[in-house]
Amino acid sequence: MTIAEPLQVIAQDGSVPGYTPDLSNEQLLHCYRTMLSVRAFDDICMKLQRSGRIGFSIPNRGVEACQVGAASALEKTDWIFPSYRDFGMALYHGVKPVDMMHNMFGNDRDSARGRQMPVHFSFVEPIHFVSISSPIGTHIPQAVGAAYAMQQRGEKHVCLTSFGDGGTSSLGFHSGMNFAAVWKAPVVFLCQNNGYAISCPSEEQTASESYAIKAVAYGMPGVIVDGNDLLAVRKAMLEAVARARNGGGPTLIEAKTFRMGGHSTSDDPTRYVPKELVDAWAKKDPVARFERFLASRKLWTPEQGAALYEACVAEITAAVTEAEATPAPALESIFSDVYATIPQHIRRQGQAAFDLAARKGDASTGGGKFPL
Amino acid sequence: MPTLTLVQAVNDALKTAMRRDKTVIHFGEDVGPKGGVFLASDGLTKEFGKSRCFDTPLSEDGIIGTAIGMAMNGLRPVAEIQFQDFIFPAFDQIVSEAAKLRYRSGGQYTAPMVIRTPYGGGIRGGLYHSQSGEAYFCHTPGLKVVVPSTPEDAKGLLLASIEDPDPVLFLEPKALYRQVKGEVPEGFYTTPLSTLRTVRTGKDVTVFCYGAMVPVCQKAAEQAAEKGIECLIVDLRTLMPLDEEGVLEAAKQTGRVVVVHEAPRFCGFGAEISAMIAENIIEYMEAPVARVTGFDTPFPNTLEHHYMPDARRVLDAIEHVAKF
Repeated sequence: MTIAEPLQVIAQDGSVPGYTPDLSNEQLLHCYRTMLSVRAFDDICMKLQRSGRIGFSIPNRGVEACQVGAASALEKTDWIFPSYRDFGMALYHGVKPVDMMHNMFGNDRDSARGRQMPVHFSFVEPIHFVSISSPIGTHIPQAVGAAYAMQQRGEKHVCLTSFGDGGTSSLGFHSGMNFAAVWKAPVVFLCQNNGYAISCPSEEQTASESYAIKAVAYGMPGVIVDGNDLLAVRKAMLEAVARARNGGGPTLIEAKTFRMGGHSTSDDPTRYVPKELVDAWAKKDPVARFERFLASRKLWTPEQGAALYEACVAEITAAVTEAEATPAPALESIFSDVYATIPQHIRRQGQAAFDLAARKGDASTGGGKFPL
Repeated sequence: MPTLTLVQAVNDALKTAMRRDKTVIHFGEDVGPKGGVFLASDGLTKEFGKSRCFDTPLSEDGIIGTAIGMAMNGLRPVAEIQFQDFIFPAFDQIVSEAAKLRYRSGGQYTAPMVIRTPYGGGIRGGLYHSQSGEAYFCHTPGLKVVVPSTPEDAKGLLLASIEDPDPVLFLEPKALYRQVKGEVPEGFYTTPLSTLRTVRTGKDVTVFCYGAMVPVCQKAAEQAAEKGIECLIVDLRTLMPLDEEGVLEAAKQTGRVVVVHEAPRFCGFGAEISAMIAENIIEYMEAPVARVTGFDTPFPNTLEHHYMPDARRVLDAIEHVAKF
């Protein structure tokens, strides 16, 4: 059994043989701008982390087309269960960079009020971008449960759950895929195969001939797409989303891509990624490919691209200014949101912490740096 | 008022909840047409249809993971884990996900759900059908842990758990499923979580217990009374969040405390009660706190009656603290 060759729409030279656009020029430019915004957010966060102003970040260079192409196939009433390398999906649907930046700084306007590490976003508007947790694959069956609720109410919504190649080895991938197929739940499973789970290469992750083929055994379609081709990802997603909305059940999409940076700001990929591989993938840069496509439609010049990127940088720089000036969460935030109502033992512990702070002053900021 | 067994009261609670709220659904392994291995969900699929009470694939991680997603998105799932011993593949979902969702999203996402599971020994179930794992879960902020010991409480506490906005682990003492019977009010009512139940009053020794240990302690207290020792028995009912003030008040009344549970002793729930008393009301105490618990060994099969606290062991502890 073999899964077909990766679906491609935009050739490396930017041409789109046989492609009939289903997006307006304005929508195409929105996709492009979102990819630039991801890149600008990344570039700025990397500098913030290296200069010690934030503790941690997760680079996205190289995988922008997966995120934006996938998000473009969803409606605002659909739900996204993201991994930690998916925030382009949130940006595409209108989450404001400043609301993401509040999380990067862990300040009081962060939706998690500084309780989570950076890049662990949570949004309910303008789309459900479900609170990210660090353990791998746990969100996959949750997406299936949320989709079951949609199905049970007769809604035509879908859940997208996104994970990496490493995620396919997790408990949650197996249970999520199995439950979704049995229930014919309206879910799309998006495996962004970027070649490495932190440092573990795919050949040490699975003996399967692809990740997509795993779908066959669960009883659902599996497809492979060129993950650096925004329109190919979108095309595969549109088919999967339509199938899910119409009661046809789940689909597994494997998007083949490559992360051009470390797993996180704490990672040094030169220790495990051969330079030739990086060089080869650099030539397939998803943003540059989309630019060539836009240029072929007279929608892009290098000057326009540079100006748009600078506009993204300006927006995100303003977000940094605002987020950095926003105060840290109050001490109270440690003790709230554990339960709907604060129970007596937590209330007592909180009161003791407030009293101690009043008597002896605040705790000094630890030297905690993540990690190692 | 009808007289029901504890498992019938659980069944009654599920039916009551599902009749009044169509978002309540129940699922797990073999809970559909079979009605669950203990018949707790008997008749639910017939009355409410397959979309509201159904069998799942055999995956505890999948059961709890999907329940969390359902709870996030408007349903009130009641998930059954067939035996508490089988819950551990779902430990990550319970501890890292359900329990932390509200906290990590600032309340944007929550998991109002109930995990029902039979726990404890006394059915010759050996290592893997007998465990009492409450301590693992009581150590998890964001989770509630409830243990009924009577049919009336089983129904009232389960209905309260289903109504609760936070995830609840509902531990059902399987040894009592058919062993205890009692009058159970018809229709909807709730027994508030985080409240204690005074099982018996007495001025000499306070006994804290829960679940299947409650009738054991009652028997021990009767035997103690014959020897002139009157016990106050408190059924903790909700272990997390515990009514700590109520516990301290009950301990102060006698100054002599015995804590009883089936679970192993080390880092068990009794250790928390003991520490709480030592930290807060040591000046009221006439004797060291005594713990009667399972041993710090895996749960044995043939000799389970030696492993589980019985009236003999509880009485011994009561006598010890009474004459200290």
